Order: sequence, then C-alpha cells, then structure tokens
Amino acid sequence: MGRYVLRRLLIAIPTLIVISFVVYAILALAPTDPLASFGADPRVPPEVRERIRESLGLNQPWHVRYVKWVIAIAHLDFGYSFMSRSPVMDLIWQRLPNTLAVVGVAYIIGVLLAVPIGMISAVRRYSLFDHLSTTFAFIGFSVPTFFTGLLLIIIFSVKLGWLPFIYDSTLKITSLSTLGDQIRQSIMPITVLALFDTATIARYTRAEMLEHLPLDYVRTARAKGLKERLVVLRHVLRNSLIPVVTLVALGVPAVFGGAIVTEQIFRVPGIGELLVRSIGQGDTPVVAAILLIFAVLVVMFNLIADVLYGVLDPRIRYS
Amino acid sequence: MTIQWRRASAVVAVAAMTLAACGTPPPAGTSATPAASASTAAAKRGAGDDLKILYWQAPTILNAHLATGTKDSDASRLVTEPLASWGPDAKPLPNALAAEIPTVANGGVSADLTTVTWKLKQNVKWSDGSAFTADDVAFTFSLMADPKTAVSTSDAAEGVKSVVAKDANTVVVTYAAPNPNIYQWGVGTCCYILQKKQFEAFQGEKLKDAPGNLKPIGTGPYMVDTFKSGDVVTYKMNDNFRDPAKPYFKSVTFKGGGDAPSAARAVFQTGDVDYAWNLQVEAGILKPMADTSTKGKLLTVYGSSVERIMLNFSDPTASLGAKRGEPDTKHPFFNGPDGKTVRTALAMATDRKTVAQQIYGDGLAGKAGCNIVTGVPDFESTATTDFCNKFDTTAAGKLLDDAGWKLGTDNVRAKGGIKLNIVYQTTVNAVRQKTQDIMKQNWEKAGFKVELKSVPADVFFTNTSPDGANHFWADVEMFTNNSDPDFTNYLNGWTSKQATAAANNWNSANYNRYQNPAYDTIIDSLRTEKDPAKRAALFKQANDILILDVVIIPVVTRTQVTSGISNTLKNVVPTGWDSEMYAVQDFSK
Repeated sequence: MGRYVLRRLLIAIPTLIVISFVVYAILALAPTDPLASFGADPRVPPEVRERIRESLGLNQPWHVRYVKWVIAIAHLDFGYSFMSRSPVMDLIWQRLPNTLAVVGVAYIIGVLLAVPIGMISAVRRYSLFDHLSTTFAFIGFSVPTFFTGLLLIIIFSVKLGWLPFIYDSTLKITSLSTLGDQIRQSIMPITVLALFDTATIARYTRAEMLEHLPLDYVRTARAKGLKERLVVLRHVLRNSLIPVVTLVALGVPAVFGGAIVTEQIFRVPGIGELLVRSIGQGDTPVVAAILLIFAVLVVMFNLIADVLYGVLDPRIRYS
Repeated sequence: MTIQWRRASAVVAVAAMTLAACGTPPPAGTSATPAASASTAAAKRGAGDDLKILYWQAPTILNAHLATGTKDSDASRLVTEPLASWGPDAKPLPNALAAEIPTVANGGVSADLTTVTWKLKQNVKWSDGSAFTADDVAFTFSLMADPKTAVSTSDAAEGVKSVVAKDANTVVVTYAAPNPNIYQWGVGTCCYILQKKQFEAFQGEKLKDAPGNLKPIGTGPYMVDTFKSGDVVTYKMNDNFRDPAKPYFKSVTFKGGGDAPSAARAVFQTGDVDYAWNLQVEAGILKPMADTSTKGKLLTVYGSSVERIMLNFSDPTASLGAKRGEPDTKHPFFNGPDGKTVRTALAMATDRKTVAQQIYGDGLAGKAGCNIVTGVPDFESTATTDFCNKFDTTAAGKLLDDAGWKLGTDNVRAKGGIKLNIVYQTTVNAVRQKTQDIMKQNWEKAGFKVELKSVPADVFFTNTSPDGANHFWADVEMFTNNSDPDFTNYLNGWTSKQATAAANNWNSANYNRYQNPAYDTIIDSLRTEKDPAKRAALFKQANDILILDVVIIPVVTRTQVTSGISNTLKNVVPTGWDSEMYAVQDFSK
C-alpha cells in the first residue's frame, strides 16, 4: 500500500507540470488584456498603458514568464494579482472561508440528505416517496442554479422580504443574533447548491442500492433470518456506498473551486467568483494559482478515493 | 409615477441650488456648490448609521493612481481627495483640499497660463492625526510624474514642469508651456493626494508593493476599516475630518460584485442598499422598476458620454495581410472617390431617435445626440442639428443611386465591382445588440448589407486583439467614450498623428485612421489658444468636422451617472465630470 501511494505521488508530479503548462499557455494565448478595463479612456494614453504593461512584467514573452512562474511556485510564491497588487494567496485565503461556509456546507447537507433519500427510494421502489424523490431529483439537476437562485430571490427577498440576497462577508459571528444573520444570508445559496448535490448523489445511491438488493448475498442474509432493517443497513447499504464514497471524495475539490454561478447571484465573495472575475480581467497570476491548486486537489482526492476503495472493499488489493 | 420621481429629484436639486445662491457668491470661474452649503445646518457628524453603497464591479485596490477602473477610483475617493472637484457645471468646485479655486482674476493663475498657485485649506489633518501640508501635494505629483511608478493617472502630470510647496499651505503648479487647460493637474479623479509619510518608502517600482494601496491614510470624510479586495470595503468616519459637522454617517459599507439588474433590484425593490452604482440596464426593465418603487429613485446626470458609431477610413480587408487596417490604405467605399457620399448616406439612414426611445428610455439613460463635444453648453454646436434630424432611408438610397451605387439583385448596392458590405462590431451587451439590430434594419433599407459582430468587452478594448476596437478590422464599430471638461485631449484622438497602426502597436487613439490636415490645425490651435470664447469656437469647429464629414455618427448622449438611490438619502447632487463620490461627505438621511 505504501509503495502504491508513493508511486502515485511520483506520477502526480509530471501530471501537474503538464497541467500547469497547459493552464499558463491557454491564459497567455487568450485575447483578454489586464488593461482592457481602461477601455478607450483618453485619460490613459498609449504610453501610460505600455508603462503599466511593463510594470506588470507583461512585456516579456510568455514562455519566459512561465519559467519564472514555475520557479516561484516551487518556492510556494504564487505572485501578486495584477488588479489588487496584493499577494494571490492573501486573496485566496480571504475567500476560502466564504466558499467553505456556503459551498462546503451545501455539500455536507447534500450528502447527508442524499444517502437516506436514495436508500429509502431504492428499498421502497415505486412507492409515493420514490416517485416524489425522483421528481425532486430531476428538478434538482435539470433546473440550472441561476434560475433557482433568481426564483428564491424574487420570492423570499423581493416579495416576502424575509431574506437578504447580498451576502455580507464582513459579518462576524459573536452572538446568537449575528449567528441568525449568518444563517439567514446563507439559506438561499446553500439551498440552491444543496438541491443540486442532493439530487445527484441520491440518484447514484438509489441506483447502487437497486443493483445490490437482488444479489445472492442479500438472499443469504435474509435466509439466515436477519431482520430486513439489518439486511439493508449492514449488508446492502455498506456495499452500495463503496462507489458513492468515491464519488463524494471526487466532489470535494469542486467545493474548493466554489460555485461560480451561485456565488455571483448572491454576491458571495468565494473562490469561484474570484476565478471568473480574474479570467475576465486577464489577471493571470490569480487564475493560474487557483487552477493549479484545483489541479493539485483533484490529483490528491483521486488518490484518496482509490485508497478508500481498498479500505472499504477488502477484495481490492494494490500492488 | 414617472413624473413623480422626476419631479422629486428636480425639487431637491433646485432647493439646493437656491440655498447656495443665497450664500456668499462663489469666486468667478468656480462652480456654484449645490449640496455643500445646503446640508451643513441640519447635519451632525456621525448622526447616521451605516451608509450602504453597492457597486456591481468590486474595488480591488484603494490607491486611485493604480486604479484599473471607476470602482477603484470611487472607493478611494471616500478616503483620499484631490485639490478640488469637477462640479456638475464642468467647473472646479472647492469642496476638497483647496481653499479656493485659483483664477486669473483672483491672481491664482498667471496671465501667461503657465503657473497656478493653489491655496490649501488651513488646519487640515490626515486621518492618523498628523498635519496635511503642501509637501504631501508635491510628493503626490512626484509619484505621478515618475515613469517607474507606472500609475494610470500619469497623463495628468504630462507637460507639468513642477509642483512645488511654496509654504505649508501653498502649492505652485508650473506647466512647461502656457496651458489653456489650466486645471489639468490637481482637479478631479486624476489627482487624489496621498500622504508622503505613508508612501515615502515606496517610490518608483516599489509603489505597487505599498501597504497603503490597500489601506490609504487620507484627508477625506472616511477611513478604511477593513478591505477585502474584490469584495467589500468598510469605512469608519474620519474623526479628524476638517468639517466638524460631517460626515453624517458613522460608517460606510461599499460592497462590490454581482450584476447591474440585481443591483437595481436591491435599491428599488428590497431597499437593501442606499446607493446602487451604474444601473446599466435596458430601459424596458429599469423604467418600470424605478417607476413603481416606493424605496428608491433613479439619479442621473449628463456629462460628455456619447455612444457613437465610428467609420473606418482604412481598408480592413483581410487579404491585405500586413497592410490590413494600416493608415496608408483607403477604405474601398468610405474613403474612395465617393467616400463622403457613402458616409453621408449611412448617417442619413441612422435612426437615433428610435434607439433613444426604445432602448435608452428617452432620457432615462440617454437621449438622441448629435454632437461628440457635449455636456458643456458653451461648447455645444448647433450646426449639426439639421444634418442629424435628416433620418430618411429613401433619401439615403437616392443619394447613393445618384452617385451610381445601383441596387443589385441581392438588394445590395454596388459600383465598379465594390459592394456596400459592412461589418459592424461592438461589445457583447444586450443594449448594444438591440441598437445593432435597429441600425442593420435601416441601413439595409438604404442598400447596405450589414453583418453584425459582437466581441466580449475584455477583448474589444485591447490593442492586442485583432477583434479589438483599436485594430478596427471592421467597417464600423460602436462604443461609448467621454472627455474631461477640456476637450483638447479627447479631440486629439482624431488627428493624423494618432492614427493606429502596427507601427504603434495599435495603441494610439485615432481608431478611425481619419486624416485631415484642416482638423489637425484646429487641434494645434487649441493647444495654444487662451481666450475662452475662441476656444469654445474651436471645439465647435472640431466637432462639426467630425460630424459633418461623417467620421463618427453619434447615436445617443448617455447619462454619465445612472445610479439608484434610496428615497431617504439626501444631499446627493451628481456630477458628470468627476467621481460619483466627489461629495460623499454631504450625503445624509
């Protein structure tokens, strides 16, 4: 097992180098320009723009910039944002708590809801509950988040006036009432995201359960006289969860990536919002850093998922 | 309802003006200060709670000299101030660090227009309690003038020989040559004064690393409390602010992000914010929202913003290779022997009234406009009015017919094998795409064939992209631009020298590649002419050439400020020439 993990980690290094090169090349070749925000402003004439470009280091060819960037990254220096002139890592650290508080919580809620829903739907196949949850699941992953988000805003903020739709990232939780504020401002974005997560994972759990229910070992368990509850929870659920756990593990990096659309709608200053804005403004250091961290997380959680597989299913052995 | 909110805002403005007029008359050549004197009687420092401002673009840096957009500059204005502001009448307003506006009449400006002596307000303190002096002003100039700092405001320091602290409260600005644009350095968004103490160790290339970029110390009504770049700024009131009765609000939350329609919703429908910036929303959506609102109203003012269609004088044909779009090529029909006829026909087939009515809400966010020099009544030409009112697609067709441009079987006019095929580019933007549709429809009636193209704004406004406005590898393009109260630099953007080309990295201002020695002469005269009346005449002449020679077709004069404010917010008087936050110290409830 140890050798396997080590080998996988070593393979990850060239993978990450290739990813970083592709990311940087795409950014360098994209037509966006960090100076585009000046538009055609006559107050910022060409010479001034050239000077700014030079001060950002953009006058060098992109392969030179790439090599410099890789060397800096090796020293864990992610550089400075073109737009805020502050360290990229500071920007990411500022936003990570918001992303975790919204996207992370939504993911946890999604998983916690999805597994029981999927399980009950499978056991009581074609029951009213199964029909309802299936309908709900299809709505969940077929209606886009920008639509559900807007719908919630119009109902709960505009019509009823119950919930705020501008996320306040400066809110500090110091008392019950500020905790209440935090919950109030998080309900809508979390609902939107959890709806989607729940739907996907619940469908997956249901399908896995249905596959296992008619198998021989389940019949054996029942023949031994075990209670149906124990059959389902101890035998069927445990085995069905193996692929679900992998799916959930692989979904964790996506939490870090934030929820681009939902963050934009509710003005949650998360990583996704930072990524999209930075792409639009051609803020290469920020985009490159986020994508690279994302790549590292994906590679890492792939490994974790593979290792978990072996832990959950003793038949799988790595050599 | 429409009438009601319009009248409401008009009443506020009129009342403020009247009050100002009752006080001591302002010095000649300076702006009447509307809100400043109106509010002092009632307001008390810190009497209000939190002022909530929403910008759908988030500020990323709070040093206006390193700003990459209005959002940064505006968020900085609550903290750092220039010597004076540009008031609603396009004249300088002494609501900032200067005690009065220097003029030739009061001896502040030398008769040859080379030196300007600014008297600063006495006993002004920085928010850290230290004294503000003329040294800070001179220091800020040195940062702006140093090419190594690469600040985006450096153009204002161009042609300035020196800025010297004569004594603690006097600053002398000396221009290298007589400068009719006498307030070039010191007034408005160019020249927010930074504290020498805070930035002294960060001159030249090091400026970008200064911690003060994210937390500047200023003389303004507020000081930065927390700043999360790209998200939110919270400010506390500055206890050392020079006016003991201001600011009214204890704190300010300047939230960024999201989109314009939902910002409009936040001010008009839920009342979550007091001030929502730049509601660039199609009139069809914005108008009902503002009209039916019980919580907020629309705040607009005109400046010099004009949505214009630019005509290409060079040849954008792709097969030209390296010569494509170069200034020494000629556009096949806009700049051929019939060039002016074809251009005139295009202008005649341009229906600006419908665009203004249907898309800009007829005065809500813009009005049909005919001039490129607009916003200052003295400079506004009337010679172009008749020409612009001539919308007639049949007459346009006849004009082309008479010149020998005959309709083909495909309904496109052609002459000598050249077809009137037009590629019309602009940015991706619902309002612009609707405008494009209206233009296409009418232009095609006159016998042009129009192909529409839209490019994301981030790509359009670059000198690097072949799809950008600078390369202008299309036949016509459309966007908005605006000017300082002095139009010389703006109009310079159509002189021959400024023609964009590969040689200047497509980085100059004359995207049209228009070359007319008569026009160049006018701009040269503007650089030296001192007499205000003669300058006004020159501005008009330059404007008339651009319009009547059909270099540009102005479509809509757009409101410079199009923001939503809460019904309870008072003393907000917008200006079209400076930051929207130029008088934030006066805001109250």
